[in-house]
Amino acid sequence: MALVHRLRRSVPPLIFGIGFVVLWEGAVKVFDLKPYFLAAPSKILEQFFDNFRLIREASTVSGTNAFIGLIAGTIAGVLMSFLLSKFRILSELMTPLAVALNAIPIFVLVAVLNNMFSITSEIPRRIMVTLVVYFIVLVNVAKGLTQVRSTHIELMRSFAASDMEILRKVRIPNALPYLFTSLKIAAPASVITAFVSEYFGGSQNGLGSRITSNIANSKNASAWAYVLGACLLGLLFFGISILLENGASRGAAKEYNNT
Amino acid sequence: MSAVNVTAASKIFNKGTTKQVDALLDVNLTVEPGEFISLIGPSGCGKSTLLRLIADLLEPTSGTVTVNGKPAAQARLDQDYGMAFQHAGLFDWRNVAKNIELPLELKGWDKEKRKSRAMEMLELVKLPEFAELHPWQLSGGMQQRIAIARALAAHPSILLMDEPFGALDEMTREYMQGELLRICAQTSTTVVFVTHSIPEAVYLSNRVVVMSPRPGRITHLIEINLGIVRGEATRASNEFFHGITAVREALRGTRGDHVDDLDQAAKLVTRNVDDR
Repeated sequence: MALVHRLRRSVPPLIFGIGFVVLWEGAVKVFDLKPYFLAAPSKILEQFFDNFRLIREASTVSGTNAFIGLIAGTIAGVLMSFLLSKFRILSELMTPLAVALNAIPIFVLVAVLNNMFSITSEIPRRIMVTLVVYFIVLVNVAKGLTQVRSTHIELMRSFAASDMEILRKVRIPNALPYLFTSLKIAAPASVITAFVSEYFGGSQNGLGSRITSNIANSKNASAWAYVLGACLLGLLFFGISILLENGASRGAAKEYNNT
Repeated sequence: MSAVNVTAASKIFNKGTTKQVDALLDVNLTVEPGEFISLIGPSGCGKSTLLRLIADLLEPTSGTVTVNGKPAAQARLDQDYGMAFQHAGLFDWRNVAKNIELPLELKGWDKEKRKSRAMEMLELVKLPEFAELHPWQLSGGMQQRIAIARALAAHPSILLMDEPFGALDEMTREYMQGELLRICAQTSTTVVFVTHSIPEAVYLSNRVVVMSPRPGRITHLIEINLGIVRGEATRASNEFFHGITAVREALRGTRGDHVDDLDQAAKLVTRNVDDR
């Protein structure tokens, strides 16, 4: 029943999406739009399959950068948020900064980072992704650890619970949904940052640089094919974060009620 | 030995600053074992502060608080009391049974013992079939009954309650009052109960403590003689109305802007604590 319901719900947006592509294809044909202005979806798909191996290789490069940055940034963000929740003074110093940094496109810093390492190094891009993910995770998880109902804290104290027990039994379970929310934001952001970082120099092996170089050579349909690859990579990361969330919430519920 | 003994306790927040608040001033209160005491008064009278001094969630600025003959801090560490709040405060990530087991987990009980005690508590609050459900699947009244079950899980001798029925509708509220009296009689628990509701205070209590604000202090102690067994008939009885009237008059006396009738103010003096 639930499956049927979900399928039925996904039908309208699917029809809309297909309709949009058909309209696009039609517009290119009818108005005879030149490929350098707008490539037809059929041409893009053709390019996508013709260059599949190259697109996959470029996706692997960008995807690896995004993935490593995502993992490193999440670990660093979680660790820092524990410190922030423990030491109020640190939180007062750091939180406004983290919030501000979340609101500006700090990935332009990669240009500076590029200067610090060798020209072929992937490290600047990975550091950049790490930084972006770090601040997203930090702000959210710190909120989850500290914004606990005062009733819950008073209750735990009335049960003579120590700070450590309050952390384990109240703050961490409270912060888990915040962590997964931040991952849902951070996962696509890590892919975007990995692409955009490639615009600022370094080796020309990732999706981002391939898109720019194809456009520079007026190979528009091919550039679009790489954009499609970028979209798929972003979706993959988003899908993984959602799977993680579902798995974790089920696992958490199980653990709490079986031990 | 009295269950709770508050001697000359004061609580001043932000002492010495412009934001200084005299939440409680020189409060004395003794609660005997098995007694049901309500604290009532307008906002800012310090009734919740007094409850938190007894619970050792706040420390008095001066004066002493003992619970079961020990300093309040020791009583808290020994889990001599259980506590319930206006917000039931159940944990959404734990099912009902696991919520009730929480204080036992913190005491280091083993799994089997916790489980059987949780079931025992669920029987006590008449919700045994809800053990596996999660808090959000329960109504407000049911959540509050689970919160009471949790507060009493470790069999403390005292129950401290901060407006536990304040968010419930009137019908549920009256039902909960009856249930609370039954549970406390069954477990011979001493209760200190903070409320805004005059009928609630009168219906539940052996004594009603009337407080007034700025600075927070106790102005009246009113004995309620409704007997041990209370039910629907109690709510229609003359004694119940007498109790309500007495508390209401005492409360009026605590609000300067309402005491424009000097005669009435004079009458109130006869019931004043200081004259006892």
